[in-house]
Amino acid sequence: MAAINRDDVAHLARLAHIEMSAEELDRMAVELAVIVDSVKSVSEAAGEDVPATSHPIPLTNVFREDVVGHTFTAEQALSGAPDAYENRFKVPAILDED
Amino acid sequence: MTELKNELIRHSAAGLAAKLTAREVTAVEVTQAHLDRIADVDGQVNAFLHVNGQEALAVAAEVDAARAAGGSAADELHALAGVPIAVKDLIVTIGQPTTAGSKILEGWHSPYDATVVKKLRAAKMPILGKTNLDEFAMGSSTEHSAYGPTRNPWDLDRIPGGSGGGSAAAVAAFEAPLALGTDTGGSIRQPGAVTGTVGVKPTYGAVSRYGAIAMASSLDQIGPVSRTVLDSALLQEVIGGHDPFDSTSLTDPFNDLVAAARVGNVAGMKIGIVKELHGEGYQAGVENRFNESLELLKDAGAEIVEVSCPNLKYALGAYYLIMPSEVSSNLAKFDGVRFGLRVLPKDGPMTIERVMGATRAAGFGDEVKRRIILGTYALSAGYYDAYYGSAQKVRTLIQRDFDAAFAKADVLISPTAPTTAFKLGEKLDDPLAMYLNDVATIPANLAGIPGLSLPGGLADEDGLPVGIQLLAPARKDARLYRVGAVLESMLEEKWGGPMLSQAPELKTAVLGAVSNTAGGSN
Amino acid sequence: MSVDATLSFEEAMEKYDPVLGFEVHVELNTKTKMFSSAPNVFGDEPNTNVNEVDLGMPGVLPVVNKTAVESSIKIGLALNCKIAETCRFARKNYFYPDTPKNFQTSQYDEPIAYDGYLDIELEDGTVFRVEIERAHMEEDAGKLTHMGGAAGRIQGADYSLVDYNRSGVPLVEIVTKPIEGAGSRAPELAKAYVAAVREIVKNLGVSDAKMERGNVRCDANVSLRPHGRERFGIRSETKNVNSLRAVEHAVRYEIQRHAAVLDSGEPVIQETRHWHEDTRSTTSGRPKSDADDYRYFPEPDLVPVVASREWVEELRATLPEPPAERRKRLKEAWGYSDLEFRDVVNAGVMDSIEETIAAGASADVARKWWMGEIVGRAKVADVDPSELGVTPQVIVELNKLVEDGKINNKMATQVLDGVLAGEGTPAEIVEKRGLAVVSDDGPLLEAIDAALAAQPDVAEKIRGGKVQAIGAIVGGVMKATRGQADAGRVRELILEKLGVEG
Repeated sequence: MAAINRDDVAHLARLAHIEMSAEELDRMAVELAVIVDSVKSVSEAAGEDVPATSHPIPLTNVFREDVVGHTFTAEQALSGAPDAYENRFKVPAILDED
Repeated sequence: MTELKNELIRHSAAGLAAKLTAREVTAVEVTQAHLDRIADVDGQVNAFLHVNGQEALAVAAEVDAARAAGGSAADELHALAGVPIAVKDLIVTIGQPTTAGSKILEGWHSPYDATVVKKLRAAKMPILGKTNLDEFAMGSSTEHSAYGPTRNPWDLDRIPGGSGGGSAAAVAAFEAPLALGTDTGGSIRQPGAVTGTVGVKPTYGAVSRYGAIAMASSLDQIGPVSRTVLDSALLQEVIGGHDPFDSTSLTDPFNDLVAAARVGNVAGMKIGIVKELHGEGYQAGVENRFNESLELLKDAGAEIVEVSCPNLKYALGAYYLIMPSEVSSNLAKFDGVRFGLRVLPKDGPMTIERVMGATRAAGFGDEVKRRIILGTYALSAGYYDAYYGSAQKVRTLIQRDFDAAFAKADVLISPTAPTTAFKLGEKLDDPLAMYLNDVATIPANLAGIPGLSLPGGLADEDGLPVGIQLLAPARKDARLYRVGAVLESMLEEKWGGPMLSQAPELKTAVLGAVSNTAGGSN
Repeated sequence: MSVDATLSFEEAMEKYDPVLGFEVHVELNTKTKMFSSAPNVFGDEPNTNVNEVDLGMPGVLPVVNKTAVESSIKIGLALNCKIAETCRFARKNYFYPDTPKNFQTSQYDEPIAYDGYLDIELEDGTVFRVEIERAHMEEDAGKLTHMGGAAGRIQGADYSLVDYNRSGVPLVEIVTKPIEGAGSRAPELAKAYVAAVREIVKNLGVSDAKMERGNVRCDANVSLRPHGRERFGIRSETKNVNSLRAVEHAVRYEIQRHAAVLDSGEPVIQETRHWHEDTRSTTSGRPKSDADDYRYFPEPDLVPVVASREWVEELRATLPEPPAERRKRLKEAWGYSDLEFRDVVNAGVMDSIEETIAAGASADVARKWWMGEIVGRAKVADVDPSELGVTPQVIVELNKLVEDGKINNKMATQVLDGVLAGEGTPAEIVEKRGLAVVSDDGPLLEAIDAALAAQPDVAEKIRGGKVQAIGAIVGGVMKATRGQADAGRVRELILEKLGVEG
């Protein structure tokens, strides 16, 4: 199992969209390495034949009928918006085209 | 009046409900008494991030009017109508801010109510305010709140537990008879243990999560915080039940909890001690109180058996992989686009990516960032199988261990936490040491089974509260209340009264007018 | 923006073998969104068809729309897929302002339908089997509008505005297995495949299937390999392909572009490209990385979907007639020959003809108008015939005007042009332009007299038995009446006047 280093943390911070200073990256790399080290025994715990549990209580087929429920007014929807214009959320330019 | 108020706040929720129904006291008096108490002591405790005086009194007044009117208006009042309650600031409420203990949601007003809040409103329980927590429920001490720590009413230099330290401290300090908390790895139970209060994590799905700001979706549950086992049963019956807005919510009625709390005996029940959840690593005083509870239960006619859940040794590791992974995804929505804080980068191109990066950098605290990065790592391409995937398998193993244990016992018992309340600042520099506080509570979240913590006495070495944890099979929450109530009554008989009576009295400020905001930022 | 080099299509096909792949997103026409009960409606005021779930507010949870699941199963069945006995939803994690949770709830390694196929009939009757890898359920994102830059483009924009009305709308993503062996018919096959998918979902009634509204969206993957080589080449993905014509053109263009790159000895860059209808070319988007780390994990807020075999059979029993069978039935009902029908299908006007017949026209009249007049005009305008702007009602109205003798066929086409120019309804245009067949014999006889007088030698010829010569007189009368005479009637009258049998 690879140890987690500063470059890893920088890459992860980018993925997670959290700006971090060099000092923060260093500190976090050390802290995370300790944690990662302590949890790595988990990978040895269960064999191939053990199924994963993603939901603690097994339920299936929970559905909703296709019936319209409540909606917000544009005002309500935008009530917490940091910036808005003509009833739409306003954000600075996007760097990457999708 | 002062004395009456001081007395009023000492009652349990059930006691207050009885007084209200008997019209010995009005709902406004009860609510006001608690608001005054908050004004008196919360400056020291810092349990509340927001106090909701005006609305709470208005709801109380409605209750009084309905009661006075008599007839159907009075008959339709819920048993707990007029009994005030505090709500952990992770649960959204219209008309009050919801901050999740974070700067990123400072001053944010939710446009919708959580389902449990709707139920409180339907029951006409005045909401006193929002309580402090570790930021986004990440922590075991409430020291990670962006708004300053809450202090343990037993010793103001000590932590009240976390993440729900505010709710537990508020109840322990008699600022509220009831509170709502959330429990992902012990965030209701562990604060209960270190503050001498009762805290319950219901079966996963027993209480709707709709409106609880998600931390780890497959582990979170909203649950009651109170001073007595019966009170928690009453509260869980209010807030529980199927919710069509929560796909993981169960259809079981869970309407047998109060009755269970009143059964009054444990005759013929088997109580299993989990070998892996006591002993080494547990403070001596904690062990002592634990052993005493076992004796009491034996005296009450229960059979004590030993069970072993060997895979619990992986529980902490599995939790610290599953939880951060789900956290990393659940907290992605906090990006400065639609709500909450937006921070612009000081220099360089003004793009939304950089605004997101700057906002999350400024808005999240260190513990939150740590867990997001850890979770992002655990889910990363190439690491999924070893980390998240493996942890989900450990979950299966732990469920199997519990299934086997419950074949031998009706409920399981352990200390709730390995230590009593430590001092503020003591474990802040060592995240791993902090995580170890949850070693006994985490397994229940992983397996989805319900757990209850009740006061078990004070530790000899420091005179601080010790919690006893009960665990039951999924959907069998009633068993917790049955055993818990019996143990509680035996312990209280031993102590000559509730354990909280032994708590030091908080100094009260000059009793004056109600202030609408107390606590605030420290 | 530099223009990429391209080889001619013929040269590209000589040297290389194209492999295609398509991801088609179908927007379902359910009443509500995939995971919330907000309305699924096109075009309303921004941010008015949203609730807290669609905005990704703190504390919200998704709940699955049952009808969307049923629609997805139906699509899977219509694509001859296996339906998963149990499947889960998954989170696809990425940050983008149109994605309110900054993850999309989708399906990852457990699609609801998989391993299917679609037999595509090309214009000349060749049938091609396209294998379907999977069809899965997911939710749509909101709509971003870029402001401050050039022509709403993202580059150079100062800021963007987000409308979440579309956020959460149910989508079914249909992914093909790599399509090999199409050769030079690749562009044609591409168009035919998307058209077939569109037709199927429209026929099932699960989608409005209007490509111009984004109900059906296509991402086209293209790669080239030298003839005979087994290994696939590097592919590019082209997005923003909004119409059937664009699908065909985009695939063709990418083949030509890849060929030029490969010929130059350079490797093709694996990237996302954008199709531009105006320049009929693609431009580079961001580099496509198969290692885009979406950190998929099973959606913890939703529980598995178990498609029991009973439920699947119940749904299968509700499926309508498949389009291929429908085509057979319509051809017989309309009485067209094989060739006539194939032309109709290839021209893409079968549905329009059906609608026109439903509006009151006969099968032959409908075909005459659509094939005779509209298809040609659509080609000139470079749009699909159904998008030209002619409704079935217009055709019925035009035809009635002709049948009632109010106008003749020539005038009718003029009126059609008027409708397309936006001058109004046929009746309004006839009125405005003062078009009317001169049905009163009086003015006709006057004009006939004048024409006969003007061409006495022709008149003599006709009297002499050379009836063919009548054309010149008719022509003269038509000219004099500005084309508003009924040519047939004119001919009759001339013959009468001259006392000749025609």
